Amino acid sequence: MSSPASAVHENGTVPTFYVVDEHDHAEGGSTMFGFWIYLMSDCLIFAVLFATYGVLGGNYAAGPSPKDLFDLPLVAVNTSMLLFSSITYGFAMLTMDKGRIGATQAWLGLTGLFGLAFLGIELYEFAHMIHEGATPQRSAFLSSFFTLVGTHGLHVTVGLTWLVTLMVQVKRYGLIQANKRRLMCLSMFWHFLDVIWIGVFTFVYLMGMLR
Amino acid sequence: MFDNPDLLKAVFGRLTLESFPYHEPILVGTFAMVALGGLALVGILTYYRLWGYLWREWFTSIDHKRIGIMYMILGIVMLLRGFSDAIMMRLQQAIAFGGSEGYLPAHHYDQVFTAHGVIMIFFVAMPLVTGLMNFVVPLQIGARDVSFPFLNNFSFWMTTAGAILVMMSLFVGEFAKTGWLAYPPLSNIGYSPDVGVDYYIWALQIAGIGTLLSGVNLVATIVKMRAPGMTMMKLPVFTWTALCTNVLIVAAFPVLTAVLALLSLDRYVGTNFFTNDFGGNPMMYVNLIWIWGHPEVYILILPAFGIFSEVTSTFSGKRLFGYTSMVYATVVITILAYLVWLHHFFTMGSGASVNSFFGITTMIISIPTGAKIFNWLFTMYRGRIRFELPMMWTIAFMLTFVIGGMTGVLLAVPPADFVLHNSLFLVAHFHNVIIGGVLFGLFAGISYWFPKAFGFKLDPFWGKMSFWFWVIGFYFAFMPLYVLGLMGVTRRLRVFNDPSLQIWFVIAAFGAVLIAIGILSFLIQIYVSIRNRDKLADLTGDPWDGRTLEWSTSSPPPAYNFAFTPVVHDLDAWHDMKRRGYIRPVDGFKPIHMPSNTGTGIILAVLSIIFGFAMIWYIWWLAAFSFVALLAVTIGHTFNYKRDFHIPAEEVVRTEGERTALLAGAAQ
Repeated sequence: MSSPASAVHENGTVPTFYVVDEHDHAEGGSTMFGFWIYLMSDCLIFAVLFATYGVLGGNYAAGPSPKDLFDLPLVAVNTSMLLFSSITYGFAMLTMDKGRIGATQAWLGLTGLFGLAFLGIELYEFAHMIHEGATPQRSAFLSSFFTLVGTHGLHVTVGLTWLVTLMVQVKRYGLIQANKRRLMCLSMFWHFLDVIWIGVFTFVYLMGMLR
Repeated sequence: MFDNPDLLKAVFGRLTLESFPYHEPILVGTFAMVALGGLALVGILTYYRLWGYLWREWFTSIDHKRIGIMYMILGIVMLLRGFSDAIMMRLQQAIAFGGSEGYLPAHHYDQVFTAHGVIMIFFVAMPLVTGLMNFVVPLQIGARDVSFPFLNNFSFWMTTAGAILVMMSLFVGEFAKTGWLAYPPLSNIGYSPDVGVDYYIWALQIAGIGTLLSGVNLVATIVKMRAPGMTMMKLPVFTWTALCTNVLIVAAFPVLTAVLALLSLDRYVGTNFFTNDFGGNPMMYVNLIWIWGHPEVYILILPAFGIFSEVTSTFSGKRLFGYTSMVYATVVITILAYLVWLHHFFTMGSGASVNSFFGITTMIISIPTGAKIFNWLFTMYRGRIRFELPMMWTIAFMLTFVIGGMTGVLLAVPPADFVLHNSLFLVAHFHNVIIGGVLFGLFAGISYWFPKAFGFKLDPFWGKMSFWFWVIGFYFAFMPLYVLGLMGVTRRLRVFNDPSLQIWFVIAAFGAVLIAIGILSFLIQIYVSIRNRDKLADLTGDPWDGRTLEWSTSSPPPAYNFAFTPVVHDLDAWHDMKRRGYIRPVDGFKPIHMPSNTGTGIILAVLSIIFGFAMIWYIWWLAAFSFVALLAVTIGHTFNYKRDFHIPAEEVVRTEGERTALLAGAAQ
């Protein structure tokens, strides 16, 4: 905005009351900020689930406890899958900034594979627990465990769907401004899930073993 | 085929012929009236060929002003439903004495009081508040729309979808019989095995998505889209309260979503979050839902405070007294809103220290609120007060709300609360602050901004009728409940044994009738105003000698709001412009960049209704199908990259030329 209009006041001051030469606002000027606020609200959903786990996590109802169920080496492998996927997403963003479509797609694809591996291991863990009779219905501890970890897994699934959609859109329309913005949003979402997982790993798995 | 129960169950879930309450005369009568009214409406719309117009100009509109108006219509329609529930309860309680069972059977009465609370909060107060914010905020900050216009349309339709689900429960199945917050274990599957609580859950989850997204949208709008020069401390007070309210929405509604999701898991999957056995803890639900529920009451009242601030300042012809303290009071209330939730259940037994903490934080809230009341009084002091309708509502608010505030402080004292918990005293208190605060504020806001939205004022005679019947009716309806509460009468009772109580219930029912006349007068007011719109027309765009930017554009504002983006120098920007000789530009117009309409929002909302309905009735194939459709439409929408267009300069020139002619006419 430049060259504002003026209206001369009787005592000589020149207030400007409107913008004459206005340019179009770039589309999506508030998107990053808006998406960040959305992420914070999503964070509160996890906060509720963490709080619920905190209150109910010790109520085993004479059923299995974390020590009976958790396989820490497996969870460590799982955690590394998600952490690696965050790193590869970072590389995707770096190549996106350089405008290299092929490299960006490759890194995004790798991110997706790590994400899939994470989900696969998580589902294996769930299936194993359910097979042993540790179902979500068994105790309040297991209800809150499956819900907290499962909600995170659900988010990863949504992230993967989004990732595939964006890869199709990048392939079809290239690294245009709108697609870059979308990749940035997914980037925030993906790293956010990583942060949440670190909370889950610490609070549920590590501290669960100490409980 | 109809003899095969398994097949029927696979196709219709638990929906059977018995689900339709054709054996209940009250419901059949209501259904007949709703169906006839609906058919008449459809007939009129078809006869005048309005469907295309409605679809193109309203349903798919991403114009914040039209979405705001649609929110208001939704709120007013649902007010009629919520009030019908209210007057049914008042009648039941007034006659169910001396061995009489009244006219409502228990399972029906329980649905009525639950539906009343749910509808009045989620589908009356919320849409009205959100609608006003949607309409006013972009105009007040000199913006052309909100940050995410499509999301705005989507939010509106999701809220409407929730309202439609609640309305469906009237004629297909039943609504929850649990009270408006559906505490477990009563709301769990063991004690509420039927569809009522599921209607409650899915209606609130679907509407909640809309509310949350509109919260994100308005926060981003206020932070990012203010006109040049409008620093945070030059923000109009209503916009400040809107900002705080939307921050509260973003920070509270996820908690509701999460806690309702946990309750659904208990009901659908058989988990043990809020059960009595296997380690579940029902009080966890009560804590979580009030962590949403208490901020919710501030979500409703803060914008009302904003409206009163704008109205007091405008109709006293003065700058608001203590603007800075008003802003800080609002922010302090926003923060304290999160530190008081436990006062809703002091009787949980959390011990003296916890109860003292929450009792004291609750009492502290009365300090910023009191500061606000004094600010309004000092704004009026030595002002040239014009007793127009919005100002009358404001004064009625100040008197009524102070009473409600004082009974609130009384309830904040834990030992007193142990006596008054869940009594009619509490019911009287929260109606005192919600009607006397939120609703009076909304009426002030509606009569204040109506000319801006439609280009003509509301008829003052019927407005005053509505005002007096509402205010007097309120006192008749709720003061007796304070008395009854102090005598120990608890809430949600259907029949009474003590005949000495009856007179108070009769007085309360009389008050409800006065309020009914008040609502009727409001509807007549709208009808009469539309009929006399030429006489009531506002040609200047500034009918009240307003002070903020929305009054600087025409009534109703053009689609683009402002031909040129305003530059702000002072609080009360428009007053400043008028004072310092602002000259309206009449040439040099440019094409204006605007977002385009889309039908995606309404399509997603319809699919959400189908999904919710299928989940409520256990029709799993339909749930899966509609869920996949929801995903497909959402992803499909992201492949649409052409979301904006330019209003050509010629059209801006034409629109502004018409306004120039109108203004010249008005000046003569």
